[in-house]
Amino acid sequence: MRTARRRRGRAPVVAVAAAALVPLTLTGCGGSAASDSAALTIQDYYDDSHDPIYHACAETVGVPIAINHVAGPGLIPKVLQQSSSRTLPDVLMLDNPDLQQIAASGALSPLDDYGVSAEGMVPAVVKAGTYDGRLYGIAPAVNTLSIFYNKDLFAAAGITTPPRTWAELRAAAERLTGQDRYGFAMSNVNTYEGSWQFLPFMWGNGGSEQDIATPETEQALRFLVDLQNDGSISRSSINWSQDDVIDQFVAGKAAMVVNGPWQIPTLKEHEELHWAAFTIPTRAATQTTVAPLGGEVYTVPRTDDQARMRQAGRFVKCLASPEMQLESARIRRNIPSDLKVAAEFARSNEVIAPFVTAVRTARARTAILGPDWPKAATKIYSAVQTALTGKDAPAEALRQAQDQ
Amino acid sequence: MTSAGIRLTSARNPRDGAAPLRARLVRRGTPWLFTLPAIVFVAVFFGYPVVQNIVMSFQEYTTSTFYSGHAPWVGLANYAATVSSTMFTTTMVNTALFTIGSISFQFAIGLALALFFRRNFPLSGFLRSLLLLPWLLPLIASSAVWKWLLDQESGALNEFLGLFGVDPVPWLVDPTLALAGVIGVNIWLGIPFNVAILYSGLQGVPKELYEAGSLDGAVGWKAFRHITWPSIRSVVSVVLVLGVVYTLKVVDIILGLTGGGPANSTQTLATNAYNKSFVEFDFGEGAAISNILIVVSLVFAMVYLSISRREPAA
Repeated sequence: MRTARRRRGRAPVVAVAAAALVPLTLTGCGGSAASDSAALTIQDYYDDSHDPIYHACAETVGVPIAINHVAGPGLIPKVLQQSSSRTLPDVLMLDNPDLQQIAASGALSPLDDYGVSAEGMVPAVVKAGTYDGRLYGIAPAVNTLSIFYNKDLFAAAGITTPPRTWAELRAAAERLTGQDRYGFAMSNVNTYEGSWQFLPFMWGNGGSEQDIATPETEQALRFLVDLQNDGSISRSSINWSQDDVIDQFVAGKAAMVVNGPWQIPTLKEHEELHWAAFTIPTRAATQTTVAPLGGEVYTVPRTDDQARMRQAGRFVKCLASPEMQLESARIRRNIPSDLKVAAEFARSNEVIAPFVTAVRTARARTAILGPDWPKAATKIYSAVQTALTGKDAPAEALRQAQDQ
Repeated sequence: MTSAGIRLTSARNPRDGAAPLRARLVRRGTPWLFTLPAIVFVAVFFGYPVVQNIVMSFQEYTTSTFYSGHAPWVGLANYAATVSSTMFTTTMVNTALFTIGSISFQFAIGLALALFFRRNFPLSGFLRSLLLLPWLLPLIASSAVWKWLLDQESGALNEFLGLFGVDPVPWLVDPTLALAGVIGVNIWLGIPFNVAILYSGLQGVPKELYEAGSLDGAVGWKAFRHITWPSIRSVVSVVLVLGVVYTLKVVDIILGLTGGGPANSTQTLATNAYNKSFVEFDFGEGAAISNILIVVSLVFAMVYLSISRREPAA
């Protein structure tokens, strides 16, 4: 009783003290951002594993830094909010297909102002970072899609060489399909992720996002429908994210899966799983694989302080240097953007080699449509969903989505 | 309101004659002063967003707008684009099916359970509180669990049906079944609300009525038809109208289960508005769709208001 009463008597005091502290902490927060003006603010959706790179570059440039990691889906909403309140960070990381839209808003400053250049980098990286003829973003390391396969299941099915054409892929998938197992899996979900996974098939066959109602894209979509009709790909693929797909692979429920090198750490955790990767096949052996470019670009948002923007520019230049490219490729299991650095990286890392090949011919999603890419991406996944659910034939599904 | 009344009478005291103007001003102004907090609250938290949303629906409001502050006026273009899109009919039909399907089953099951729990049996209180569980779980968590339960290949529901020789049902994969699947989960989610309100409504029915009724032979269905139903009719209409308004705006459970897919078969007005605004960043069109949704909800809110206004007289 006594303690209870005493505690009750104390509560208002605590409340008053807390109330008194609120303005203090608020000004404290505001103060640190304003007064500690020397620290460059960096915002990304990575995690702490990336911090050593930032610290190394902070040392090179000679500035203190403040790192802010944001959850992936929350980055763009946060950037929009910061744009309108003019509180953008000094260095901003963006997913490469988002760069065009943010650059188009005028929130970013061109990197060539700070002597940052993308010379020697994979063409797709240059294209992804360029808006209206000027470089706004640069990616130290990038990724793309390939197909992971289960070596044991391949051996058991008597498949010795990875498929190189769609026909071979279809045959292999059919042979690998068995009790409780699908030969092939990919994400056909109704988000941009689904569009991104469909692109290697569409682009590899000469399809274009400018107009998806073409015979080339129809062939690509028909190929997926055929795989599904064969029973080689689960009907649930229309609900699977890329992570769901890799779960299927790890669980032995899929023998081949479309995915990216960022999954390698997950795969390595499962020692019993013997896997390798091959580049995504094309319809005809004479065609070249065109996979979409993935990865994040660094930008320097416009702030009021020119001197800080220059420092941020030097910081981004450091992030894009060959040593840092290698370092971030190592941490994120990505491929260095510079062709020479990538070649060196491929030699040191056999597992990643198919991805390096794919990145060389990769294409940026925003290469043709720029800031209008999201509209096309919506059409692509809508058509894929309509065809795979059997609501319409591939040609009709594509035509409807294009006119949507 | 009562305190306002007290102040008003006290202002009419003898001193009234001394300063008639001031007293009159105080008398006139006091009620307004008391309602001021409510007016400010409504204006800031409801008025401003709604007006902003209406203005936004007439603008081309995109990602660029956030930095430049420039949102060109486009008149009715966003509404025209919304209504002329093939998606509009799909989402309207889905919204109607989703709402009608959810409400009718939620209500029927909720009423049945409320009637069942009215007979006090051992552990009935405990079971009734267990029934509230779906309400207490975070929606994202329950939708993730349901997504797993309804999975075609490894889902618990299909495993269970398999015991009776039923082939795996593509719950969330088949466009014709997906909406039914989503409605099913939403029914599960809405039952606690219906049971809670209807149960408390049933508690208000005087026991004497049943005793008197039973003397006249009104038992079972007859008792329900002639005693229970008329007594809880006002509660029923409130449950139904509030249920409709809540169901119209459901976003999270659909996004968690299907994301509006497959092939837009579970896309409703609410999820489509969310998609337009926060995925495609076309805030203008998103605002237009949500305004249409607001108008639909408003119609039902009016119904609710007129019912609750009629209530005291009845």
